Amino acid sequence: MKLKALTAAAALLVAPGLALAGPDDDTLVINGETEMVTKTEAPAHMEETGISEIISGWHFRSDETQALEMDDFDNPGMVFVDIGMEQWETVEGSAEKSCASCHDAPEDSMTGVRAVYPKWNEAAGEVRTLAQQINACREDQMGAEPYGYTSGEMANMEALISLQSRGMPVDVAIDGPAQSTWEAGKELYYTRTGQLELSCANCHENNYGNMIRADHLSQGQINGFPVYRLKNAKLNTVHARFKGCVRDTRAETYSPGSPEFVALELYVASRGNGLSVEAPSVRN
Amino acid sequence: MAKGVRPRVKVPSSASAGEVITIKTLISHKMESGQRKDSDGNKIPRSIINHFTCTFNGETVIDVKMEPAISTNPYFEFDATVPEAGEFKFVWNDDDGSVYEETKAIEVG
Repeated sequence: MKLKALTAAAALLVAPGLALAGPDDDTLVINGETEMVTKTEAPAHMEETGISEIISGWHFRSDETQALEMDDFDNPGMVFVDIGMEQWETVEGSAEKSCASCHDAPEDSMTGVRAVYPKWNEAAGEVRTLAQQINACREDQMGAEPYGYTSGEMANMEALISLQSRGMPVDVAIDGPAQSTWEAGKELYYTRTGQLELSCANCHENNYGNMIRADHLSQGQINGFPVYRLKNAKLNTVHARFKGCVRDTRAETYSPGSPEFVALELYVASRGNGLSVEAPSVRN
Repeated sequence: MAKGVRPRVKVPSSASAGEVITIKTLISHKMESGQRKDSDGNKIPRSIINHFTCTFNGETVIDVKMEPAISTNPYFEFDATVPEAGEFKFVWNDDDGSVYEETKAIEVG
């Protein structure tokens, strides 16, 4: 009898915790004007996953963290966008060019770019991420040193470029020449790694909305990258996050910029087709 | 001079007389505490914003003495009553003697 009462009490204690871990129903409006799509119908290719609605990671965060993203003045990621703008205008390399020499103002030339990356590059014959494209530009057009793949400079530049697509729906192509890369990424998404034998899907498909120790599991959407994280007070890139996740399964990780992570990025991005580009977003 | 320092201020452009408005300020600054060492073991010298003030038509709104434990990119949000049209002036003082200033005019109507 006593045991039963205890179990009932435990159930009561657990129930609110579970409720808190799920996505909320708030609406994300930035600067009081740009309404973002943070929940929408899952893309057709996700039918077999059983997920009917895709949800931005914003919904899994506390009200205080959510508020930081709702105003550009409060969003600490915007500081890095400003630094990115300085980089954009800095002449570097043997060709004595800056980004602005060819692309003028990012507001005009970079609109919609982030929404469709990673993307098939015909000339290179491969799927390229935004970071790879930035470095290709630096090396081939500017004759400059490439940025480190997950460096602060790269994150700043990605944030500046991504901001120009903010509010536009993610729309990466998964068919045609990109299909084989996409399939490879999907394979990785469902492959268990590390001593803990966890795949991406174990947490982000089967258990989003539940707690993982003290944290809320989201769907692992990347529409908000690069993301400002409160835990390290800087912008974080997609591949750095992938690396952190795989490391947490106690596995040897792939390298940022490796073909494996590029494929995984394409696949994970495609699971967010339809969500608004949120970058630079704020998470904990 | 510390690099990459940029003050940012958000003040409404107009208010009614006597209205209480919210002011947000942020200055990008690395706020080096003086407690850290570099990879060679040498102490990294302290370099922080040590003083921040906001005045309205010469009258003090807020006056903050800042210490090394304050985080990078210090952010202040505070309320102010606007009795008349005028100008908010914001001043940040750096350890290295640099002074960063920003002004915002506000209309009353």
